[in-house]
Amino acid sequence: MLSAIASMTAMGAGLGLALGVAARKFHVETPPIVDEVEALLPGTNCGQCGYPGCRAGAEALADGSAPVTLCPPGGRDLALELADILGVDAGAGGDLDGIEEAEQLVAFIFEDHCTGCTKCFKRCPTDAIVGANRQIHTVITDACIGCDACIEVCPTEAIIHRPKPRTLRNWYWDRPTAEADGDTRLSA
Amino acid sequence: MSILPFAGRFDPARLFAFKGGVHPETRKFLTAECEIEEMPLPALIRVPLQQHIGVEAEPLVERGDEVLKGQLIGKARGPVSANIHAPTSGRVIAVGHFTAPHPSGLPVPTVTIRPDGRDEWGPRLPRLRPENATPQDIAAQVAEAGIVGMGGATFPSAVKLNLRTKYDLHTLVINAAECEPYLTCDDRLMRERAEEIADGAGIMAKALGVKEIIVAIEANKPQAIEAMSRHKRVLDFAMKIKTVPTQYPMGSEKHLVKTLTGQETPARALTAELGVVVHNAATAHAVHLAVRYGEPSISRVVTVSGRGVARPANVRALIGTPVADLLAHCGGLVEDPERLLLGGPMMGLPIQNMRVPIVKGTNGVLALTPAESRDQDTMPCIRCGLCVQVCPMGLTPFELNTRIEAGDLEGAARVGLLDCINCGCCSFTCPSNRPLVQTIQYARGKLAEQESRKHQQEQAKRLAEARTARLEAIAEAKRAAMAKRKAEMAAKKKREAEAQANAGTTQSGETVK
Repeated sequence: MLSAIASMTAMGAGLGLALGVAARKFHVETPPIVDEVEALLPGTNCGQCGYPGCRAGAEALADGSAPVTLCPPGGRDLALELADILGVDAGAGGDLDGIEEAEQLVAFIFEDHCTGCTKCFKRCPTDAIVGANRQIHTVITDACIGCDACIEVCPTEAIIHRPKPRTLRNWYWDRPTAEADGDTRLSA
Repeated sequence: MSILPFAGRFDPARLFAFKGGVHPETRKFLTAECEIEEMPLPALIRVPLQQHIGVEAEPLVERGDEVLKGQLIGKARGPVSANIHAPTSGRVIAVGHFTAPHPSGLPVPTVTIRPDGRDEWGPRLPRLRPENATPQDIAAQVAEAGIVGMGGATFPSAVKLNLRTKYDLHTLVINAAECEPYLTCDDRLMRERAEEIADGAGIMAKALGVKEIIVAIEANKPQAIEAMSRHKRVLDFAMKIKTVPTQYPMGSEKHLVKTLTGQETPARALTAELGVVVHNAATAHAVHLAVRYGEPSISRVVTVSGRGVARPANVRALIGTPVADLLAHCGGLVEDPERLLLGGPMMGLPIQNMRVPIVKGTNGVLALTPAESRDQDTMPCIRCGLCVQVCPMGLTPFELNTRIEAGDLEGAARVGLLDCINCGCCSFTCPSNRPLVQTIQYARGKLAEQESRKHQQEQAKRLAEARTARLEAIAEAKRAAMAKRKAEMAAKKKREAEAQANAGTTQSGETVK
């Protein structure tokens, strides 16, 4: 028994030492820009950019492998800020115009299909889903950032994305078109 | 002969009211001589719970309830909101959503009532004697009666009456300019109910604690001016009738105050900063009814006009009367209207659905024929600068438009996008028929949306941080609970071991004995 204890202790100490040395020797300095970029990102780790979380997204941005428009919840303003930090020319790029037109999406739960399993409720990064065990869940659209987290986990596929519903409060006139097919005139 | 004798005769304000503005054909003759008629009860009444600026009212009735005329059916929520009352007696057949009287056609919470035909009054509000009521009482009564600005802005009047606590007020202006073409509802109301309007103005003056009342009427309403001039004093307040030039947008409160006092209201501030509060003439009438008779705001005078209407008229209709019923009362449509509008032709809201109800802010229902509408071939801007000349806010609409078209909303905001009052003078005057004010309206909405999105992102970040903190706290609590349980288990084991040991010793002791 003594020999077993001794050998295990020796092994633990030796391997620990080796790991410690390796950590020091092979230490990778993260560029400070990554931290800076990460601070700008929403921090919800929603995964809409295709990277595992905001940190990974920030790294991809920093090494230039991702476009500044990668973050749909951040929208146009974030893209402009990122372009500013990263020194990318955002104004001329057509990609920014694309993101400007992108409609804001929010999750919507079909109540008929909801079983009240609370899976989505637990996953939501912004606590935008309310509900309880065996109760129908619903989405607080103002808090929803339109990520996929809830849609992925829903066992009954009761959640979809849809454009943020317009209300009387946030409605505004469409841009008058040059072809003038809308009611864009004054009378008298 | 010197010109000196003339000097005192001309009020400079009458000659030079404000910079800009336009003079559209008024076409008020269609209804100006039509006496206000009572509209018979419609078959259905739909009362939206949001007829005012601010938060929608909270419904107090359910489907199947019997309501009486004047009964409170929607309660104001929050400081900027207004009560909603049943316009007639009947049965509530639905409390749900219905198309709003708004160009978007979006649904709005609505109480639908099927009138029983008896038009039976429920208990009215307690009457007040304004002579010895306090300003607070009057404001409370106005709030209770659900009165909102009836010129179209629909701002809750009680909130405006309470401005005395924040500002040093000296003048109440009754806005009876009615500068929009076609509309004659305020004109007729003044001709027929001058005394009641004057009394309402006096009551509001008392609530505001001002020294004088000015009734501002455009020069194209001589009969109304004459009718109002008979009332020089109401409730110990001196009431002056001022004739203002016929010029659009005279009814905009900032421009009216500029015309009357010569002072300009600071950008994005209230006229109360100058010590002046402006209320509409129809609002004064509603206040009179609410304070003297305890009648809530359940009906209003609407001008139904335009060449598309068989018999243009001024109608006192219940709030919630469908537009289709109102048009049918006026003989129906003679031809398919090119445009169907709620409000005046300059700032009115086009509607698609004739079943939408009229609300407290609806001063007109216009069915305009193609001949009354402008053609809409948009041509390029020729930089004539007419829009700059007519803009009453002193903006440069063509520059705003160029910036908006280039997507530079922030730049447009820097040159006064947010100061635009949507009066439409620029579009009216543009020789190229460019949709100037329409583009500005779009840009304002877009800018507001961007602002709210930015705000929402900050909120999302905060929510995510709060969630992370909460999850960590839960994990920490679990760890602590686990550690505690372990410690307890260990302590328990130890105690048991000790107890066993003690038992062992006593047993052994016994055996020794």
